[in-house]
Amino acid sequence: MSVAAAVQPASVLPPPMTMARVASVVKETYDTFTLTLEPSGGEPLPGFAPGQFSMLYVFGVGELPISISGDPNESGRLYYTVRSVGKATHALVNLKPGQAVGVRGPFGTSWPVEAARGRDVLIVAGGIGLAPLRPAIHEVLRHRDDYVRLIVLYGARSPRDLLYRKQLAEWGRLADTQVLSTVDYGGVNWRGYVGVVTTLFRYVRLHPVGTTAMICGPEIMMRFVVREIEKRGIGRSQIYLSMERNMKCAVGFCGHCQLGPYFVCKDGPIFTYEQMRPWLEKHEL
Amino acid sequence: MDRTKLVEVLRDHPFLQGMKAEHVARMADLAQEVQIGKDQMIFRQGDESGLFYLILSGKVALEASAPGRVLRVQTVGAGEELGWSSAMSEGGKNFQARVLEPVQALTFDGARLRQACQEDPVFGYQFLQKLLRVVVRRLQATRMQLLDLYAPVHGGSKLI
Repeated sequence: MSVAAAVQPASVLPPPMTMARVASVVKETYDTFTLTLEPSGGEPLPGFAPGQFSMLYVFGVGELPISISGDPNESGRLYYTVRSVGKATHALVNLKPGQAVGVRGPFGTSWPVEAARGRDVLIVAGGIGLAPLRPAIHEVLRHRDDYVRLIVLYGARSPRDLLYRKQLAEWGRLADTQVLSTVDYGGVNWRGYVGVVTTLFRYVRLHPVGTTAMICGPEIMMRFVVREIEKRGIGRSQIYLSMERNMKCAVGFCGHCQLGPYFVCKDGPIFTYEQMRPWLEKHEL
Repeated sequence: MDRTKLVEVLRDHPFLQGMKAEHVARMADLAQEVQIGKDQMIFRQGDESGLFYLILSGKVALEASAPGRVLRVQTVGAGEELGWSSAMSEGGKNFQARVLEPVQALTFDGARLRQACQEDPVFGYQFLQKLLRVVVRRLQATRMQLLDLYAPVHGGSKLI
């Protein structure tokens, strides 16, 4: 009697690693850098959907989950905006052009850029949370006629913490596009808004029915932002959040990122507020 | 701005949204229109300014000045309020207000507002409820600022 070989569920097989090399590391702020990777040899780098993340392997240091921050339509290169906060991220942003990095993925769910066609798109970002939303902005701008208004609300700690300042200014000059940035603390040279990101809602008018909201930032910020959006009548199924949890394997195997019935790495990181609501305010989850 | 336009502008201002027409008219009786140029100081720390402002357009920064530096703690703009404490009591200002973008606003004398609240308690209740909402909103925003949400977090999370 022959015995069939056991078949591993596809979801627990770690995808193979692609070798990449650093094309450049550009300083965005005093502690945040954008790393550009290009193929190393013949194997092309994988494409991605806005909001997905990769596992980046820094040889001799370890593997890190990092959101992809570039334009999904730009083939051949992958961009990652990384804040240098610990040993591994410090090693990542200190790589030199030509050095090797292992890339697994892309992983996870993506922003609903297809489903949002024909609607207003509201982007709300806090701190480095703008990085995983930038591919969605690129996508909307590339297919601008398919969407109605694009509204970007962005909050950061101080003016020197604002990411992509030049791009934000460029986007703000486009038709039917409103870009408002605010900082928690500003000096006298800062002419923009001062206050938390929720204060910007006073300066925008939102369509209760025709708006899709995409939010990324610290979880507490997202909770307050959701309240502002709900006050304006936008349904829970039209509010999308990118969740952060302790991700290790990226394929829903290790369980480190479990949140209620979900594995954030596999079922997320992007969820509707409808899905996340029972778990967002749960103590110690 | 004529009386009809003034009432219309007040009715449309978010601060007075939902207020009865007679109470909006009462506010109109007390309103003075002002225009303030860029970089002008509306009030300075320690000033005994007794004016409450409803901003119609422009942008104002609230700042705290300390030796050698000025910290900008908040900005307010169209559809917002400035100087809410003037409507509650007299007293020196704790912050200074600098115009970042030319301001058009309606001002209300704090003492006259308080007198109107005393004379007509229904109006007074409505007005103070709206003022309290402003205070609550500012308090919540300040608490969020204090949380320093964007400070680096060390740990194994997806590093966004």
